[in-house]
Amino acid sequence: MKQDHDTIDQGRRALLGAAAVGAAATVGFSSTIVSAEGRKTPVTAEHRWGMLIDTSKCADGCTACVDACELENGLNLQERPHGLSQQKWDDQRSTWIRKVRLQDNLSGQITQLPLMCQHCEKPPCVDVCPTGASFKRADGIVMVDRHICIGCRYCMMACPYKARSFIHEPVEHKFTRAPRGKGCVESCNLCAHRLDHGENNTACAEACAQTGHQAITFGDLNHANGKLRQALKATKNRQIREDLKLNTGVRYAGL
Amino acid sequence: MAKAVVTWGIVSLMLMPLLYGTLAQAEAIGGFVVPTSKAAQLDRCVEPTEAMRRYHMDLIRHQRDTTVYGGIRGTKHSMSGCVDCHAGHDASGEPIPVAAPGQFCQACHHYAAIKLNCFDCHATVPKGEAWNQEPEPTAPEANWMMNLLDLHLPRGRVTP
Ligand code: HEC
Ligand code: HEC
Ligand code: HEC
Repeated sequence: MKQDHDTIDQGRRALLGAAAVGAAATVGFSSTIVSAEGRKTPVTAEHRWGMLIDTSKCADGCTACVDACELENGLNLQERPHGLSQQKWDDQRSTWIRKVRLQDNLSGQITQLPLMCQHCEKPPCVDVCPTGASFKRADGIVMVDRHICIGCRYCMMACPYKARSFIHEPVEHKFTRAPRGKGCVESCNLCAHRLDHGENNTACAEACAQTGHQAITFGDLNHANGKLRQALKATKNRQIREDLKLNTGVRYAGL
Repeated sequence: MAKAVVTWGIVSLMLMPLLYGTLAQAEAIGGFVVPTSKAAQLDRCVEPTEAMRRYHMDLIRHQRDTTVYGGIRGTKHSMSGCVDCHAGHDASGEPIPVAAPGQFCQACHHYAAIKLNCFDCHATVPKGEAWNQEPEPTAPEANWMMNLLDLHLPRGRVTP
């Protein structure tokens, strides 16, 4: 489905030239759909979005981040296909964040953490993708261009964090802001639609803060004085599977 | 004088289909617009109507890459925009899917024998559009994710 961009541009230019007068008169109607002011220029590497998750603040039994992610992206609208067992459904249902519970068998110590796409600087999912659908946006967000994704699921195999889901069945209900459908892989996109509208937080981080736990700090890894970099400096933290040298955008404290 | 005007009117009416090309001759320009859609209240599309008829697929595709790679959303050629403005409404004011039989995108594509898969993923009614809109209140399934805990990471602490 990948098309030659130049051809498209030329077509559009010709069209706009021919229709300049009409287009000028149309301007008044062009903004009826956008409620907030969206960005007008393409994203750049000026920002690199990331998170710090403090596992010591992540509460047992709390699923606020997971629930918020579901509501934001319409994942709560998923329905178990007829005839599929609950257990199978639990396994294959799309999840962008999951809460993981780690237990040290010797000490009995339990650690909670939300795990999602780690937005690696060198994402293995991008390396293995045969079509270029799995890509890293200029601002560091790793995502799937589902117009190009062929559903081969190599990326799911390659991801050390099991962060991606495959949609097995037709999707009946979805939100305009989060299109999703059968045959493609999907994962956390750091609420790109929010960032593109100038918002500076993700649904999960916002929900976590609302519960009072404040376990998730979202921010710009490139902004030396920003809240994320400050938090990273103040709290000892690490990457999960640091040994892979992926330079993840999501860091964890208390691990 | 009046007669001349009428005659010219008739002549130009007869010329219209020729001028505007052969696509969907069965309908007058704008004839596919659903009366209960926002579009029916307006007199123009986001580009001149003849151009939209012919080039909307190129405009949308261009917008698609602009959004997915550039993060530029909701400009005038966005797919969400087409749906928002062109979706009809039933008697109770509920939007009707644009891809449903007889509705805007479907009616003309059916006529022109085009099949789209876009609406496998894209919402066919305006729903949960804005980034900050309140989503429909739907109770998340009770604790389905409890079963996912512990599943995928190795047992025991992740230690260096
Ligand atoms: C497999 C799912 C899928 C299919 C099929 C699909 N899209 Fe998309 N589309 C997406 C996703 C996901 C986005 C990204 C939305 C975002 O980042 O907000 C998107 C974004 C877009 C956008 C930019 C957002 C907007 O509303 O303007 C356009 C335009 C678009 N798609 C057009 C198309 C067209 C045309 C087709 C059919 C030829 C199509 N898409 C088929 C999933 C899909
Ligand atoms: C702000 C409202 C609005 C938006 C957004 C909009 N349209 Fe339209 N569209 C209209 C109106 C109004 C007409 C009828 C114009 C006329 O009667 O000449 C129209 C006409 C059309 C026509 C010609 C229909 C016919 O019967 O000849 C096509 C095709 C079309 N639109 C496609 C699109 C597509 C594709 C998009 C998204 C990229 C889109 N429109 C977005 C308002 C809109
Ligand atoms: C007036 C008739 C008409 C209307 C109304 C119309 N289309 Fe189309 N559309 C066409 C025609 C004709 C083609 C095929 C053009 C070609 O193949 O060169 C097409 C092709 C497309 C394609 C490209 C398909 C592909 O496989 O590449 C997309 C995407 C599309 N239309 C989207 C829409 C959407 C979305 C709407 C509703 C908002 C819409 N169209 C309404 C006539 C129409």
